[in-house]
Amino acid sequence: MTIVQPNRRLFLAGVALVTLLPGAARATADEMAAAIRAVTGGQPLRRGRVKLDLPPLVENGSTVPLRVSVDSPMTADDHVTAIHVFNEKNPQPHVFHASLSPRAGKAIVSTRIKLGDSQRIVAVAEMSGGSFWTASADVIVTLAACLEDLT
Amino acid sequence: MIPALLGLLLLALPAQAQTRQSGYADMGPELRAMQDDDAANPAMLWVREGELLWRMPEGATGKSCADCHGDIKTMAGVAARYPAFSAALNRPVTLAQRINLSRRENQQAAELAPESRELLALTAAIARPSRGQAIAPPDDARLRPFRAAGAALFTQRQGQLNLSCANCHEDNAGRKLAGVTVPQAHPTAYPLYRLEWQSVGSLQRRLRNCLIGTRAEPYAYDAPEYVALELFLMQRAAGMKVETPGVRP
Amino acid sequence: MTALINVPGRAKRGEIVEIKALISHPMETGFRPGANGSIIPRNIIDTLRCTYNGAEIFRMTMTPAIAANPFVSFFTTATESGTIAFAWTGDNGFAAEESAQITVE
Repeated sequence: MTIVQPNRRLFLAGVALVTLLPGAARATADEMAAAIRAVTGGQPLRRGRVKLDLPPLVENGSTVPLRVSVDSPMTADDHVTAIHVFNEKNPQPHVFHASLSPRAGKAIVSTRIKLGDSQRIVAVAEMSGGSFWTASADVIVTLAACLEDLT
Repeated sequence: MIPALLGLLLLALPAQAQTRQSGYADMGPELRAMQDDDAANPAMLWVREGELLWRMPEGATGKSCADCHGDIKTMAGVAARYPAFSAALNRPVTLAQRINLSRRENQQAAELAPESRELLALTAAIARPSRGQAIAPPDDARLRPFRAAGAALFTQRQGQLNLSCANCHEDNAGRKLAGVTVPQAHPTAYPLYRLEWQSVGSLQRRLRNCLIGTRAEPYAYDAPEYVALELFLMQRAAGMKVETPGVRP
Repeated sequence: MTALINVPGRAKRGEIVEIKALISHPMETGFRPGANGSIIPRNIIDTLRCTYNGAEIFRMTMTPAIAANPFVSFFTTATESGTIAFAWTGDNGFAAEESAQITVE
């Protein structure tokens, strides 16, 4: 059997070109910062009061349990009005936004998110008094070893 | 008094049971919590659908599963003793295959396609009442040659990577492969929600994943090889608790 | 489409209770290439709105970053007996509703 050798230089140049072309768009830390700024309107982000629970090492990025808890009395005068969660490396920077009222009693929201890569997740809590509080978590995402072929 | 009773219980278990471990133990606390909470376990969506299908009239007879079998809770113990020998087909069948057999013979309804949403839902719903029960493979002499075939498949090297199931799941269980712990591969939780699939799937689907992962040719769905393997694996897991419907990464 | 909601059947007035909701949905991100190489179109739930006797108690805007078969849990104060209702809406005109009764003593 004769093996046809492609022009090696052309082939290598092609490989180089493919790796330089943008692949699926990815958010960057700057885009995440911009998304956060759009929510806070430039107000300072204070550290504290917010707890972000994520497994530090994730077996599969397709379903990652996440919980945001905010320390707040949840009274009419002092409550969390919204919780915003952002990510750094998925194709777009938003994860979810939840609106709460004093009726919540506890400012704790849990859900499951998708993570395309190891990255930082940021939670921002918006308070009735107008302040913004934040916490972040770094997650390492591994992938399952035996991947399925869809054919 | 209680520690003494526990001690007696440990002695009563076969020695193997003390060192065998479900894939549940290889998961982190968050995924274990997901499996344990029926309100959060995504597989419960399929169980709910299966419970509705159980009550739906089907086929030429217009009968539902419930019309003959009553409440789905009466299925407790069934999943724990499958695969079982089918006299009608003169070979062992998995629970899903038995469901299809019943649809065809007793409801005169079309069989559900392998790995279809409906079949997975029905299988999961019918298996769920066995949750917490010990896996109890039937002591049926007719099953022996098929089980032996499964045992042979388990240790047979195949595919481009020339690996057998045992190479990973016996020789290297508990160690890491690409950051993930290699489980002992006990099918205690099937059908289960695999995060990788973002869906509930059967043991057959998982076995296919492994065959593809080791660069071996996967057998067609419902191939006798899968039934033989499942027979062997369930015997290997005898005494371990049914966890269906499980969650796995 | 299946939805499973978890609302306590009974609670004491003023008790803070946990509400859980799970719904089947592929949550196709719109960023994934299919087997033929072209992008599978986005198909997600974008909003979950929960009301308690008609008053909104929780609203969540979801993005493609929410996992398939979305699960949410949150808290609310048991104020009165009645209906806790969930409404999910999303791409391609997706709309689903579920509700449960709560008895508050």
